[in-house]
Amino acid sequence: MLKARLPAETPELPSVTPVWPGAELQEDEIWDLYGIKFDGHPFLRRILMWDGFNGHPMRKDWKEAFFEEEGKPFSSRWPEGHHAWAEDRVPWHGNVNYPDHFDPETWKEPVTFEAVQDEPGGNGNGRLHTQRIVVNMGPHHPSTHGVFRMVATLEGETIISLKPVMGYLHRNHEKIGERNTFIMNIPYTDRLDYLSSMSNNLGYVLAVEKLMGIKPPERAEYIRVIMAELTRVCSHLWSIGFLLNDLGAYFTPALYTIRERELILDLFEEASGARMLCNYMRFGGVTRDLPTGWLEKCNTVVFDRLPRAIDELERYLTNNEIILARCKGVGYLSAEDLVRYSVSGPMLRASGLQYDIRKVEPYSIYDRFDFEVPKFDGCDVYDRYRVRMFEVRQAVKIVQQALKQIPEGEIQTGKKAYQVRVPAGEAYARIEAPKGELGFYIVSDGKPNPYRYRVRAPSFINLNALEPMCIGYKIADSVIVLGAIDIVLGETDR
Amino acid sequence: MFGLGVVKGFGVTLKRFADTYIDDVKKIPSRYAGQRGVIDQGPEDTGIFTIQYPEEKRTLPERFRYIPMLLRDDETGEDRCTACGICAKVCPPQCIWIVRDKDENGRPITRPTEFYIDASICMSCGLCAEFCPFDAIKMNHEYELAAFDRYPKLVYDKEELTVLVSYYAKLYPTQYTEEEKARADKAEKKSK
Ligand code: SF4
Ligand code: SF4
Repeated sequence: MLKARLPAETPELPSVTPVWPGAELQEDEIWDLYGIKFDGHPFLRRILMWDGFNGHPMRKDWKEAFFEEEGKPFSSRWPEGHHAWAEDRVPWHGNVNYPDHFDPETWKEPVTFEAVQDEPGGNGNGRLHTQRIVVNMGPHHPSTHGVFRMVATLEGETIISLKPVMGYLHRNHEKIGERNTFIMNIPYTDRLDYLSSMSNNLGYVLAVEKLMGIKPPERAEYIRVIMAELTRVCSHLWSIGFLLNDLGAYFTPALYTIRERELILDLFEEASGARMLCNYMRFGGVTRDLPTGWLEKCNTVVFDRLPRAIDELERYLTNNEIILARCKGVGYLSAEDLVRYSVSGPMLRASGLQYDIRKVEPYSIYDRFDFEVPKFDGCDVYDRYRVRMFEVRQAVKIVQQALKQIPEGEIQTGKKAYQVRVPAGEAYARIEAPKGELGFYIVSDGKPNPYRYRVRAPSFINLNALEPMCIGYKIADSVIVLGAIDIVLGETDR
Repeated sequence: MFGLGVVKGFGVTLKRFADTYIDDVKKIPSRYAGQRGVIDQGPEDTGIFTIQYPEEKRTLPERFRYIPMLLRDDETGEDRCTACGICAKVCPPQCIWIVRDKDENGRPITRPTEFYIDASICMSCGLCAEFCPFDAIKMNHEYELAAFDRYPKLVYDKEELTVLVSYYAKLYPTQYTEEEKARADKAEKKSK
C-alpha cells in the first residue's frame, strides 16, 4: 500500500503508469473522485463521472445532493419523521450545477475521435486507398453485458486501438459506504457484482471482522464457504453461457447454464430470502441458520444434478469446432503482460500462473479443503473458458466436502447488534471472488461509520487489459474478449 | 473427425428438446390448464424451466422478502410496534419515517401515530425485520405492487403496511412457531 500526503488545493502526484501500466484506470479513478492529478499519465480523464460534474465526489468536503447530516442514521427519521421527497429538498432542483469553465454546448467528450481518417502511410497496395474508421460499441450494445462502451478504431476489420468508456451505472458506492454504518453496507455490497452477492458479503465481513478481531463459529464458516462456492458456480456458469451468446449462439447455451444456476438461486432464496441480493452474512456469523431440508436439497443439487449438468455442458461445448475456431488464440496476452496490467482471477490462471488467493493466502477455512487450481497456458479466450469450467468442478468439489463436514452449532459469535463497535484502525481483506481479487479496505476512526471505505473491484481493474488484448484482432473478436474478461457493470462502475 | 463436436452438441440440444415433451406428458393434466398455476420445481425436474408469468407463479420460500409489513394483533387490535425507532435507524437507504405518539401531557408514549415506508427506495434488505426487538415488522411476500405514480402510491403509510398476525402466521409458519415458543419461554421465566 502506498500512502502520500498532499495539499488539498492542488494535489498532484507523478504517475506510476510508465513502470506499471496496470494502474491506468485506477489513476483515472483517483483523479475523477479525488481530484488528484497524475503527472505523466497517458490519458487522464474523468472515468466514472462525466466532465460536466462539479467537484470530486469522494473528497470529504463534497456533499451529495440529498445530504442531510454526517453519518447515518438521520435524526429526521424518528421520533418526528415526516416523509418528504428528497428531490424537494435539493436547493437547485432541476438546475444542473456545472463546474467553472464548462459549457455543455461546446463540450467534447474525452474519448474524441475523427470518425473517418486517412490511414497514415496506408498500406495503399497500389491504387487501394485505405481509411481508419472509429466504431462505437455501446453503451447499449447487447454484447457489452450492460451499459458499457468500447470506442474502437479500425483499419478494415482489425482493431488498432480500443478505449473502454464506463461510469453509466456509477452510484458512488464508496461515498455511500462512508456515510452508512458498518452493518448497512452489507446489503450495498450485494449490488456491486450482483451475480455473486454472497462473495461480496464475505469479502466485506472479513474485512470488518479483521478490524473487530472476531471470528465466526465453525458452522457459520462452513455455511459461508458453501455459499461462496455456490456463487462461484453461478457466476462462472453465467459467464460461460454468455460467452456463447457473444459468439452468436443466441441464448440456447446460455439458458442451459442459467437453468442450473436457477436451482442454486433457489437454495439462496430459501436460506437468505433473496435470489440475487442475498444480504446473508453478518459480522461474526451469518444472519440465520439454514432452514430444515436445505442441506438435503443442496446435497441433491451438488452431488447429483450439477456434476451431470457440467458433464453435459462439456460435451456440448468443449470440443465444438465453432468454439475452437472462434476462441483459440484469440485475445492473447502473455502471463507477464497480464501481471503488468494488474489482471487477476480466471484470466490469470488461463495463462499458466496458478495464482489463487484461496491457496496463496487462505482466508476463512479454505485451507481445510482439497481442491486444485487450474493450470492452462493458452492465454486465450478458449483457455479462459476451460479455466471457468474447471473451477466450476472444483467449486462443486469444495461444496461436497463442506456438506460432508458441516457441524451443528451456533451461527453467530456474540450477540447480533444493529450497531457494531469497530475499533479504530485499518484493514484490508481480499478474497478470490469469481471475477478475480476482490478486496475491501476499511479505515475506521471508532465512529459508527467507516472513515474510508474502498473496494478493489476486479471487474474494473481487469479492464486495464482490454485494449492490449484486443489490438490486432477483428472487431467481432473484441466482443468475446470482453466476454471472457467477464465484467459485471455493477462492480465496474460501483 | 472434424465436425464431431458440433454433431455431439446438437445431440444435447435434441435431448433437451425431447425432454420438454416427456415432461409435458408426465404432467397431465397440462400445466397450462386452469388459473394461475403455481409451479414448484426442484433439482429432480427436467424439461421446461421457464415459468409463464403471470399465468404461472413460483411458490415462494418462507424467508422470501419484499416490502415490510407491520403486525397487528388479531384479538386486541393493537399494533405490536412500540415506536422504538430501531428499524428507522438501521434501514440502509433510510426509507422509514416514524412519528411517535404523545399522551395528553405531551410526553411520548410507545406507539407510533404515523409510520411511512417509501417502497420506491426500500432495497428489500430485511434488516428492519431482523433487528426489530418486538417482532413488529416483518417482510411481506406480496410482490405485485406496480403503480403508475411514485407519490403517493408507493409511499406506504401505517394503514397500508399493517396486516394481522394471523396473516403473518400463515406466510411464515416455521418462524412464527419459533417466535411464539420463544415468547412463551420468556413469559414463563418472568413469572417464575
Ligand atoms: S417496527 Fe419494531 S423496530 Fe421499528 S419502531 Fe416499531 S418496534 Fe421499533
Ligand atoms: S427492508 Fe431494508 S430498506 Fe426496506 S424498510 Fe426494511 S430496512 Fe429499510
